[in-house]
Amino acid sequence: MVRFIDVHKEYDNGTKALKGVNVRIDDGEFVFLVGPSGSGKSTLIKLITAEIAPTEGRVMVNGFNLNTIAPRQVPLMRRTLGIIFQDFRLIEKKTVYENLAFSMRAIGASNRELRRRIPYVLQLVGLDKKGDRFPGQLSGGEQQRVAIARALVNNPSMIIADEPTGNLDPQRSLEIMMLLERINELGTTVLVVTHEKNLVNRFTKRVVAIENGRVISDGTGGYYHGEKI
Amino acid sequence: MARRFDAGYYISEGFHSIFTHGFMSFAAVCMIVACLIIMGSFTLLAVNLDNMLGDLENENEMLVYVDDSLNEEQARALQPKLAQVDNVSQLTFVTREAALEDFRSKRESNADLLDDLPDDTLRDRYRVHVVDIERMAQTKEALEDVEGVAWVRAAIEIADGFVLVRNIATGVALALVGVLLVVSLFIIANTIKLATFYRREEIAIMKMCGATDGFIEWPFVVEGMILGLTGAFIAFFVQWGLYQLVAKLAVQGNGLSLVTMISYTSMSTTILAVFCSVGAVIGVGGSLLAIRKFLQV
Repeated sequence: MVRFIDVHKEYDNGTKALKGVNVRIDDGEFVFLVGPSGSGKSTLIKLITAEIAPTEGRVMVNGFNLNTIAPRQVPLMRRTLGIIFQDFRLIEKKTVYENLAFSMRAIGASNRELRRRIPYVLQLVGLDKKGDRFPGQLSGGEQQRVAIARALVNNPSMIIADEPTGNLDPQRSLEIMMLLERINELGTTVLVVTHEKNLVNRFTKRVVAIENGRVISDGTGGYYHGEKI
Repeated sequence: MARRFDAGYYISEGFHSIFTHGFMSFAAVCMIVACLIIMGSFTLLAVNLDNMLGDLENENEMLVYVDDSLNEEQARALQPKLAQVDNVSQLTFVTREAALEDFRSKRESNADLLDDLPDDTLRDRYRVHVVDIERMAQTKEALEDVEGVAWVRAAIEIADGFVLVRNIATGVALALVGVLLVVSLFIIANTIKLATFYRREEIAIMKMCGATDGFIEWPFVVEGMILGLTGAFIAFFVQWGLYQLVAKLAVQGNGLSLVTMISYTSMSTTILAVFCSVGAVIGVGGSLLAIRKFLQV
């Protein structure tokens, strides 16, 4: 669960990125966060992942109050999140399996847990035959699947996908969105940040639109930038 | 999943990382070797200089002349009193006959002039060595105060010269080693920082997965330690070769045997221990300095 209560964020250079944002994302939801460049989407994500702190207002993420969270608790909070980036951010010198193992190792998983969990997740994203490949040997869509698998492998309660289809063609983009939808159906909360209008409008999901640091619309049914399809 | 200290994982990651980033590891080891050899060379130079000056100091003796009125037995009886004087390390009694014989032997070309000198021409005397050459003047005064001592001859200016040379040499060596140590740390930290820069993405991924700073730091600590110790061992053997070469050249160009060098093997345990300690400290310190910036995510 994510809760933003009257959140403001002003950077040191005076830029006001968020101006009184109120958003609530409940467990199990699938939410698109949309808006133009510079609207405050990235700031919102960075607040969720505790990379930055709000100037004003309250931020709650999966039971952690990020206004009062101790630095040593930040890693514990992040373990409840799985993050997917536009540029995949896979380690090129590690195989698909090793990339996932790296992520599990980071939170202290044992070899037995690795052997049990990784094949299951690779099967879930349709890459069970490609565990020994290096990222450079995979297509863009497959690399994003690896990134999704890595986000899933630690069994987070929420997946945050930051422009997950930005580097993919329309067909691969649709496949990735369908995969995220399937993951959501299995019980994981999914927050997708995107500005791909056509893609958003293909799914009947909740859309939170943000512009100039303010939430300008929040509803289900393909709303995008105030436009109704 | 519970967090635990997985030493096997940290060690394997440390080794794996060294080979994965082979060129940067090679560069870091080269820097450590170069810095240790430069520091080691200056330190060995200072140690040898100090040793040579110590030998020269030991040869710098004082002569305590006994009053003419005392016979040999009375002169010998002064020994306990002289030995009690502070800073005196060694006393050797020389009879007036022995002193004359020595005088003659050093002037053999004029032997015919010296043959007729009576045996009691010179005084009984003591050859005195001191513990601390810097306190030679005070020791001379104290010896002169002993009843039965006529006067004391001491080359105070030469002793002061030795002290000055040794102090300057030690000061210069210490300053150079200090400066080189700081420069080495800076260079190695930057070399490792460059290596770490390539891995900022890995660190950012680990942070986003929920890894603690300790979990991220440990493989770097292991890596820095391995690089530091590898550099130390290589530097130890290269230093050995260089030292032997310099020692050989010193012997060849040292007809008067003015230069004496301590053997490397007699210092090898200490050198290896110091190199390993310094290598480990700069390797681990450099690693931690380098990754600190990337942990702030």
